Amino acid sequence: MRIVGARVIDPTSGTDEIRELSIGDRAGTIDAAGLIATPGFIDLHTHLREPGFEESETIADGARAALRGGFTTVCCMPNTEPVLDAPGLLEEVRERAAAAKAARVLPIGSITRARKGVALSDMAELADAGAVAFSDDGAPLQDARLMRYALEYARATGRVIADHAQDAVLAANGVMHEGEASALLGLPGIPSAAEETAIARDLALARLTGGRVHIAHVSTARGVSLVRAAKREGVPVTCEVTPHHLALTDDWVAGDRTFAWDRRNGSAAAAPYDTATKVNPPLRPRADIEALWQGLRDGTIDAIATDHAPHASTYKDVEYDQAAFGISGLETALSVLLDAAGAGWIDLGVLIERLTVGPARCFGLDAPSLARDVVLIDPDAEWTVAIDALISRGKNTPLLGRRMGGRVVAAFVEGEQRLE
Amino acid sequence: MTPGRWSRHDILDVDDWSREEFEMVLSTTEAMREVLDRPIKRTPVLRGKTVVLFFAEASTRTRVSFELAAKALSADVVNITSSGSSVEKGESLLDSVRTLQALGGDVIVLRHGSSGAPYFVADRVEASVVNAGDGWHAHPSQALLDAFTLRARLGTLSNKTVAIVGDVLHSRVARSNVHALRALGAEVVLCGPPTLLPAAWRCGHAPAGVRVETDLGRALEGVDAVMALRLQKERMSAGLLPSTREYARVWGITEARLAVTKPGAPVLHPGPLNEGVEIAAAVARGPRAVIEEQVTNGVAVRMALLYLLAGTEVPD
Repeated sequence: MRIVGARVIDPTSGTDEIRELSIGDRAGTIDAAGLIATPGFIDLHTHLREPGFEESETIADGARAALRGGFTTVCCMPNTEPVLDAPGLLEEVRERAAAAKAARVLPIGSITRARKGVALSDMAELADAGAVAFSDDGAPLQDARLMRYALEYARATGRVIADHAQDAVLAANGVMHEGEASALLGLPGIPSAAEETAIARDLALARLTGGRVHIAHVSTARGVSLVRAAKREGVPVTCEVTPHHLALTDDWVAGDRTFAWDRRNGSAAAAPYDTATKVNPPLRPRADIEALWQGLRDGTIDAIATDHAPHASTYKDVEYDQAAFGISGLETALSVLLDAAGAGWIDLGVLIERLTVGPARCFGLDAPSLARDVVLIDPDAEWTVAIDALISRGKNTPLLGRRMGGRVVAAFVEGEQRLE
Repeated sequence: MTPGRWSRHDILDVDDWSREEFEMVLSTTEAMREVLDRPIKRTPVLRGKTVVLFFAEASTRTRVSFELAAKALSADVVNITSSGSSVEKGESLLDSVRTLQALGGDVIVLRHGSSGAPYFVADRVEASVVNAGDGWHAHPSQALLDAFTLRARLGTLSNKTVAIVGDVLHSRVARSNVHALRALGAEVVLCGPPTLLPAAWRCGHAPAGVRVETDLGRALEGVDAVMALRLQKERMSAGLLPSTREYARVWGITEARLAVTKPGAPVLHPGPLNEGVEIAAAVARGPRAVIEEQVTNGVAVRMALLYLLAGTEVPD
């Protein structure tokens, strides 16, 4: 397939020019004038919920939603039921993903058996069965000694440990960021220190063991500073940030609906206590968001990952403190990020790097190739985030009803056009 | 006094109320006090209306107060009480809301243990929703009755200073009082153990017009009124406080501690009291205490709220 007339952004070569692309073996030409072509995005942090929670998401729907959002590869988290802690389960996931013929799905194995934080999973076997990383995301490993062993063991398998860095005791019962907004709303807070102490621990253990740690969804200014300092020292660490932590302040829980870069009046536009804003780590204040962007621009933060966490309405249509944590993010990520780029908060080339080559480097994956995995973006297309417009079964996004710009209009995976 | 001027459909919080709205409720409360002083404490302004009291958290005082208020306005009253969270009961709030909607009441008075629950309900029913206390968040009718009681004693709240002492972190009473007192022109001093004050407020980010102190002597210096908050016993088991004895010594309101306030500054308490812990018995029963007035005014304030939301006739 020939793609003609597109502005091609290639983070591998660092080029940004209008040129022709040739993808796969099929004949045909796409007139892509006015469109942007980039390598397919890689999401290091996706919850596909299958097996076990199919009312919230399935592998097939999640993989299709991913493609709609421009992600040709997603790494799925093992907090399913059963937990992805056995080779057979990983094979099952990969088979179902292959049948869906949408985004490529790479499973992440659990660090500990059943994510119970007691005994290590069979990590070598899991690596052989295709685990691209290990994580106990959702029930972060508290036992520092076991984390040490996991890092040592994972090092031998050539895989990285992706940690939801959070002190569970310090964060216990918290439902949003502990700050001015939580004080007014009367909601129990999660202090930034719950993330900072866990990141500090992880960095110390990575330094101790030489095992590679990947800090999932960093959300605090000091978290970014800790990673920056550790990288300077040569500690084997990478980290990711989510679009929602880059865009939404904790004032969104109180009903604010302005992006961090939109300094409009900031008055409440929605009712407070919308459970779609409940996410872990929680949405943080503007000062943290500015530090996240700084880290993203200077390379401290290697990748943007969605932490796509779809939930059926049963888990969200409840009291705020009872609701499940998580935002459905695959399909809105690109529009949010393009909005930030439009506001001048990041250069488009750097943004695309953090969605493609950056994440590949974190997990040691092959960089996405412009000959095989490509997305075509219409930067001028507008769409409304609506329940019917989302492919994902998870409609839990605080962006519902919002008019957004930028849309993926075609996606190729392994040379085959899977979204048109 | 005509209900037409009242434009709110629900009373969920007082954080965004204008001064005029507070004044309207307080002057309506004045009229309701007159009704309550009659031999037959009844006015027919809510005749034919149904008030549903939905209390999903244990409460006697507030529920009875709303019930008396609704009956004094001649409304029909339906009680739905349940203890424990909806999760424990196996009944979701969404289920309850559907039932409430089907029952078709005119006003739903909601008490709930989760902050924000009234917004959830108000978003899904046609009836007006009155928040009778949600989690740590808000208790509008309590703040209004406190403001009414204080104004009756002090004449005005403009340029007065009110100290609120105790477990501010977990207190919906404190939060709603901050909004109400500020809107009516008073300064607020919040005082309590550092572990029971919201961290952001303690660290220099308190709302405008609010001073935060951990030292009770400094907090009470020259204030015009003092409000003691109830201390829940479970705060000790959560490690937030060493002991009730230490709390009573350091933050308990006693005659001796009150020596530094303006002379005769009234003392309020939302009840129920832990005498000897947050408030000394001598203070609770002494001349400064206005705790019983608060209870009486509570019925009048709740009558005013129900009337403004659902009343169609001017009280006779």
